[in-house]
Amino acid sequence: MTKTVTDVVCPFCGTLCDDLEVVVSDDGKQLLEVYNACAIGAEKFLHSQAEDRLTRPRLQQEDGSWKDVTYDEAIEYTAQMLASSTKPLMYGWSSTNCEAQGVGSEIGEITGAVMDNTATVCHGTSLIAVQDIGIPHCTLGEVKNRADRVVFWGCNPAHAHPRHMSRYSIFPRGFFTGKGHKGRKVIVIDPRKTDTANVADVHLQIEQGRDYELLDALRVAFKGLPLPDVVAGIPKEQIYEAAEVLKSGRFVIIFFGMGVTQSLGKNHNIDEAIAVTRDLNEYTKAAIMPMRGHYNVTGSGAVWGWQFGFPFAVDLSRGFARYNPGETTSNDLLRRGEVDSVFVLGSDPGAHFPFSSVKKISELPSVCIDPHQTPTTAVCKLHVPVAFVGVEIGGCAYRMDNVPIETRKVVEAPEGMMTDEEFLEKVLVRIKEIKGE
Amino acid sequence: MAEYIIKNGFVFDPVLGINGDKTDVAIKDGKFVETTQLANPKTIDATGMTVMAGAVDIHAHVAGPKVNTGRNFRPEDKLFNCTPRRGVERMQGGFSVPTTFKTGYDYARMGYTTVMEAAMPPLYARHTHEEIRDTPIIDQAAFPVFGNNWFVLEYLKNNEIENTASYIAWLLRATKGYAVKVVNPGGTEAWGWGLNCENIHDPVPFFDITPAQIVKGLIEANEYLGLPHSMHVHANNLGNPGNYTTTLDTFKLSEGIKPRGGWGRDQVMHHTHVQFHSYGGDNWGNFESKSPEIMDYVNSHDNITIDIGQVTLDETTTMTADGPFEHHLTELNHLKWANTDVELETGSGVVPYVYSPTIKVCAIQWAIGLELGLLAKDPMRVFITTDHPNAGPFIRYPRVIKWLMSQQSREEMLNGFKHSEKVIDATHLMGIDRELSLYEIAQMTRAGTAKALGLGHMYGSLKPGLEADVAVYDFNPEQEHAPDDIEKAFGNARHLFKTGMQIINEGEIVSNGNKRTLWVNARVNENPQVMRDVKEKFLRYYTVTQNNYEVAGHHYVPNPYVIEVDATQ
Repeated sequence: MTKTVTDVVCPFCGTLCDDLEVVVSDDGKQLLEVYNACAIGAEKFLHSQAEDRLTRPRLQQEDGSWKDVTYDEAIEYTAQMLASSTKPLMYGWSSTNCEAQGVGSEIGEITGAVMDNTATVCHGTSLIAVQDIGIPHCTLGEVKNRADRVVFWGCNPAHAHPRHMSRYSIFPRGFFTGKGHKGRKVIVIDPRKTDTANVADVHLQIEQGRDYELLDALRVAFKGLPLPDVVAGIPKEQIYEAAEVLKSGRFVIIFFGMGVTQSLGKNHNIDEAIAVTRDLNEYTKAAIMPMRGHYNVTGSGAVWGWQFGFPFAVDLSRGFARYNPGETTSNDLLRRGEVDSVFVLGSDPGAHFPFSSVKKISELPSVCIDPHQTPTTAVCKLHVPVAFVGVEIGGCAYRMDNVPIETRKVVEAPEGMMTDEEFLEKVLVRIKEIKGE
Repeated sequence: MAEYIIKNGFVFDPVLGINGDKTDVAIKDGKFVETTQLANPKTIDATGMTVMAGAVDIHAHVAGPKVNTGRNFRPEDKLFNCTPRRGVERMQGGFSVPTTFKTGYDYARMGYTTVMEAAMPPLYARHTHEEIRDTPIIDQAAFPVFGNNWFVLEYLKNNEIENTASYIAWLLRATKGYAVKVVNPGGTEAWGWGLNCENIHDPVPFFDITPAQIVKGLIEANEYLGLPHSMHVHANNLGNPGNYTTTLDTFKLSEGIKPRGGWGRDQVMHHTHVQFHSYGGDNWGNFESKSPEIMDYVNSHDNITIDIGQVTLDETTTMTADGPFEHHLTELNHLKWANTDVELETGSGVVPYVYSPTIKVCAIQWAIGLELGLLAKDPMRVFITTDHPNAGPFIRYPRVIKWLMSQQSREEMLNGFKHSEKVIDATHLMGIDRELSLYEIAQMTRAGTAKALGLGHMYGSLKPGLEADVAVYDFNPEQEHAPDDIEKAFGNARHLFKTGMQIINEGEIVSNGNKRTLWVNARVNENPQVMRDVKEKFLRYYTVTQNNYEVAGHHYVPNPYVIEVDATQ
């Protein structure tokens, strides 16, 4: 016999779908099938069942080989490393639950760490822009129930957030949107002809790196003022037309991704995109939303927000919280050699940071907490595999629109495996002992 | 648990009618007891000091998504005020939107032991509770917002009070909420389309219901259930010149309705931050105070309570579920604007604001708040707040108390404004010589708020049997004092006990306490129609499933205090 668990929350991307169904064996030890999930989400669940999965911590030896250690030894190693560092970097926090993030914060306080999450190479620029100009935002249900103009700017949900379009943005029929996608006009702004662009009514194939100009041109067009013949590779007629489409909507939503946050202009692009949204509110109703990547990167920004007041790049090394992106962001710290150890949980900087930063990680005392083997675990001195959050342990996660959802435990972790939170709790207790608190 | 006796202080307790007499206060097992019941108590010497029950804040925005938006989008709010970990205290930071840890410690330092989070978007209930959990010491509860909720709009359009009540009971349980909060009824739903409801008869787009129907219906549903607190409203048309008529119209909706439930409260409507709703004139040029008109009504109607929402003349961060108002404000001051509309339920906005004493309107706002407090005939029904952080941060309560207690300090302010004469002309404050007593302050911050919240059986007094929440202030009412001595004393409690635990000793925070989250579990008769409607709305319109909506206890409300309400009869 098998059991089906319903209303399962997918711990992969910021879409945080909560309607999955997972079939598990009667004893709750094996996960057999996943329904309703996208290909990536299903794989995340099924990967927990991999036979070659690591279940115990391991320490890298001088010669590059790995030696299995106990969790107790791993806790001692981690606690000693953090307690003896003057400025450790504690990075990641995006693929774990808020409970673990909260314990991590206290460790950071005691050890004087720099706390940074994956926004640092993703939507950190959006967070900076919000600090400049604010953000007219809404929940995804508002999009589903009201939006009749949908813009995807520098993002490709067809591949990165596969169920976004069907659950929230293009296809669903909501309270005031009974016609579903037929009642919506979709505009995609992307230099590439992506699969998202294929389902759009309008694709503005912008010149790469010219987002700021096009956003600015839209603001000009809203006011009906003159434009040059071509802006960012788009003829002005198309810009006026797009401006009119947006102004004539009842509810406009702009989704944006790393195509604008990490290309030329960075946070200034987002400043301008938010200014476009503000302007639109003079004519109709409009909102804008970052397409957050990791399923709980939003949550780590929220937890640090209420505990320290800053959403990322929080430097606790002076004993109180400081925030100065460019100075207190992970890559800047690593490349300048300003941190003396690295602790990674819930992210894979080995795969996403510049090579020069990864090299620094490999040279420093380092610990990586991750259920998977990743490029990061390969360069860290200690790798601690843990239970999968959202599969083998529940906990709170924040969707891309900041809505908190409690993820579910659907299957038992392999015997004896610790969770992120349990491991961190023990490290915290040990650090307090070492520091004599 | 340890026993304590607080000896020789000047005690102010309006519930027991103690007005500055020297009385000993006894604590045992977390409660106040008769002094004869103590066996071997530790003595706290309060000679020459003022002793009051722990204060109860009826309305503040201290936890939840919009508060956190305020924190995260205002790094400048943390400039020069972050403090390190010290003793039992965690790192702290923030001025108008402090971190959760700072919130708990700062309230404790002022002698506050219970604080109500005034607006919780139901869909974000988990977030609100996570922040409450991380706020040390103080007991807290959160009010879910109902005034723009689609269920409520649809039921009340047909005047279905019983269904509304069943839905309220369901939502309070699902979100672990405490009371029925209403913010700009109908107006925030209209804001979903960029519109607003500007008076109580302005219909809500599509839903074909007026704010008046929403407010009256929610009062009736609240009393149908007999909840501990009354319906708690922030009316339409906040912040606009001439809005006092909308406020009076809103007040009148409570007429003829009596409180039910046996919680000891007399009101059926609490109108919050009334300062923002007491404006005359029809533009910013002839903007003036209408506090006498407002207070005439409040003084003559027993079934209303209000809080003042005192402007403190600071740089602060405004935040409210009144989405259209925040958009209006950003158009006015051109500072950054955050907004979040929440599916089926509500909306909100956040905008920084500088209340400058050099701006005439700000100074008039400052005067209006104090007028409301000083014109109050019954301090058990008019409470001190700053609508934190909207009119100013809560850490200014001691300063507000100073202004209310000292004519000299008020007149120094009035005479010091840049537009002093115009401000004096547009307000009534200059002619008011009333100075509130410590007894009246205790009514406005403790006895009155506890009673209005239906928590008179737990808080607000030193009566034996109540929770042992008590503050000792270094203030001798029998000695000569300067106005600033009042502010200093009320900002630095000498001793503080929360449910019998010593939190502050000799001015030092020595414990993080054992904070609790209060919520109301209202039991109603089975209502298949409402449960069917809930199921349908989740299937069709929400983006989370019904099974993923309810807030579970363990992590979000680890230390609950559940108040049971039986509305099945």
